[in-house]
Amino acid sequence: MEFFKTTKTFDFMGKSKVFISLSLLLIIGSYVLLFTKGLNFGIDFAGGTIIQVKYDKAAPIKDIREAIKKSDLFKGASITKFGSEEEVIIRVKTSTKKLGSDIGDIAREILKDTGNFEIRRVDIVGPKVGGELREKGIMAMVIAVIGILIYVSIRFEWRFALAAVFALVHDVSIALGAISLFQVPVNLDILAALLTILGYSLNDTIIVFDRIREGITKTKEAVLSNVINDSITKTLSRTTLTSLTTFFVVMTLYLFGGEIIKGFSFTLLIGIVVGTYSSIFVASPLLMWLGFDLANYKKKLAEKLKRKQEKERMRAMYEQGVV
Amino acid sequence: MKLLNYRLVIFIIALVGGIALSVPSIFNLKEGPKITLGLDLQGGLHMLLGVDTDAAIHSKIKSIASNIKYYAEAEDILIDDLKIEDKTVTFTLLDKDDQPKIDEMLSKIPGLEIKKEGLKYSVTLTPQEIESVKEYAINQAVDTIRNRLDQFGLAEPNVAKQGKEKILVELPGIKTPQEEQRVRSLIAKAAHLQLMAVDEERFARVYQMTPEEAAEYGDVILSDAKNPNVKYLLKEIPILDGSMIVDAKVAFDQNNQPVINFTLNSAGAKIFGDFTAKNVGKHLAIVLDNKVYSAPVIRERIGGGSGQISGGFSVQEAHDVAIALRSGALLAPVFMLEKRSVGPSLGADSIKASMIALISGFVIVVLFMIVYYGAAGVIADIALIANLFLIIGIMALFGATLTLPGMAGIVLTVGMAVDANVIINERIRELLREGLSIRKAIEQGYKNAMSAILDANITTLIAAVVLYAYGTGPIKGFAITISIGILASMLTAILGTHGIYEAILPKIERSKNLSLWFGIKIRRD
Repeated sequence: MEFFKTTKTFDFMGKSKVFISLSLLLIIGSYVLLFTKGLNFGIDFAGGTIIQVKYDKAAPIKDIREAIKKSDLFKGASITKFGSEEEVIIRVKTSTKKLGSDIGDIAREILKDTGNFEIRRVDIVGPKVGGELREKGIMAMVIAVIGILIYVSIRFEWRFALAAVFALVHDVSIALGAISLFQVPVNLDILAALLTILGYSLNDTIIVFDRIREGITKTKEAVLSNVINDSITKTLSRTTLTSLTTFFVVMTLYLFGGEIIKGFSFTLLIGIVVGTYSSIFVASPLLMWLGFDLANYKKKLAEKLKRKQEKERMRAMYEQGVV
Repeated sequence: MKLLNYRLVIFIIALVGGIALSVPSIFNLKEGPKITLGLDLQGGLHMLLGVDTDAAIHSKIKSIASNIKYYAEAEDILIDDLKIEDKTVTFTLLDKDDQPKIDEMLSKIPGLEIKKEGLKYSVTLTPQEIESVKEYAINQAVDTIRNRLDQFGLAEPNVAKQGKEKILVELPGIKTPQEEQRVRSLIAKAAHLQLMAVDEERFARVYQMTPEEAAEYGDVILSDAKNPNVKYLLKEIPILDGSMIVDAKVAFDQNNQPVINFTLNSAGAKIFGDFTAKNVGKHLAIVLDNKVYSAPVIRERIGGGSGQISGGFSVQEAHDVAIALRSGALLAPVFMLEKRSVGPSLGADSIKASMIALISGFVIVVLFMIVYYGAAGVIADIALIANLFLIIGIMALFGATLTLPGMAGIVLTVGMAVDANVIINERIRELLREGLSIRKAIEQGYKNAMSAILDANITTLIAAVVLYAYGTGPIKGFAITISIGILASMLTAILGTHGIYEAILPKIERSKNLSLWFGIKIRRD
């Protein structure tokens, strides 16, 4: 079976303005969302308490609401169904510092009369820890991007690295926009998902870039956009295939992975789609727009090759004892 | 025909090793290396505690004050106005001739900053000493909590210092909220035992006195453990404290009520003996965590250094208090920064859900690869299966923890692991279309694909390593599974499948049916 049987090269670069405009629109839209609607920081980053309660029948949300009114600790609490009719999540912005008796114990006490239930999870994050986690999270993102920049610069050229990082910023921005649009609570697992998107999307981009690098050295083609078109076309079937298998698998995670993993897999789904799109339609035009010079790069590669051959010749001479 | 080649041999060794190492985890055998399940999957309690180091400094100051007091009494030095004011001990010497003695005594205590105004002394801790007291308090808190949890009889408690001033407590054995609550209060128990003298002179006025007024006399007002309305007026500087306890046990008194017997070390026993000898007929208050448990009249000198705390404990309470006393007082109270508790049923649900996702995702990918690539897809699937076993096996070998995000990581790896094979297969197809022989196409395909696979995987690995370095708990688990998955997939996809191709190459060349082998139709002349 084959998806792209045609031997024709697609003209991606000819339509690059359309794609870049679409991307810009999406990115601007995402930032508008981020600044108006904002992110719904979960307790990992904002601090607070989550109590997950499972009843033996449909959860009596009204009774729960009545019951928790009795305690000041639960002021402004939100109660939402979690995955099924029986299960609810109570979210509060406050957190207890006291070790001896915490907000979970209090919840158990005041929900006593609402039916048969089991408290399945109590997560309490103090405001200080939340702040630290947020700082660490941003730090992780920045360091990952810098590490990637350095690696790609060494393996390719700085323009490749910059184009790849722009594509990453593109992907993460749109993913954040989607997270804001659907008000997915941003917790540590969402951070992990975003970093995975970084890795995944970069994976895709690198494979296209690798082809471009190969195309530059192997063909006599002198027009960069033709090399790029050719390289993207050749990697198209790999990119779609891998994205499809990954998408399918993450989809099963989203559908069957349980409520806790929903935000994580949702973010990944968005990331896979956007990452695939960006590695095909965004990263390579960026490379051209950054002023990547084909002739110059060819010359550099040739020099590099020459140096390497020179080195090998010298080594061979030493090994044979002829100097 | 060369059936065995080095690639295939390495692959088979890896596969067999992977399967062997994963068997104990998959079938939950007692023997052999096994993956540890994270608290989010098996249920349990995870806490990050902070330490109130100021309290440790205060109690250090207090113990310096009691030292001064005890020394002055023993040496018949008259001092007046011994008080603690904001981390400073102040007192006035009545007789100038005693100054050398006091100076010598103070010089023996390290880390003090002493100011003198005539005969008025003020003693504080040096900044370095304050730092070291803080550090000691945290380390001591870690040890104490560990001791207490060990004695509580939980399976595999983990207590560790995190960063400079936090304590991580992980308790996989906790199953019920009641148990959790009991453990938390055991950890929280300061277990600060003090034997304090009652201010007999002013005792009658305790109900009219404000705490500020009491402080002026160097006294504190503490309430009774059972009845908070009953107050005691006590000398703030204790006779001795729990740091001198060597043992504490639960016993039963004549009414069959649980009591706690404690034993003091020799220094404590001496102080206790001297004090009781001098104060026959007066009251001695037994204070635990700033509550008065009893204040019996001293009838005679109590030698031997043992005492008893009675005061309406339940048996479980007495048991927990004894554990707390035995393992030492917390120099500084701990408080909760973060707590995550997961019930066992939720953990089981999470495992079930992610297993369903893993299996269905796996089936989809396996089928898809076969439909799309034919036999090459089957070979890729073999690599994928080997990859799964390797992840489980390697995680078990290193005793890595499998968390819920880790499970998600494995599921994700399934989707991404075939990537290398997809790249290789696409290259092979391309070369076949260009008219290369099968043997050449395979050789060249692997060669051409290599740099893309390496670059792509290394960059993903960079992201995973950063995640590991900056993440906590479950996220670390995710980073671990992703990293192992990437490494394993490079081994299985690059080396393993290549080995298989080499072994069956003659067969492929003979059949010439490319559609069956690589899923494409090419007319060959």
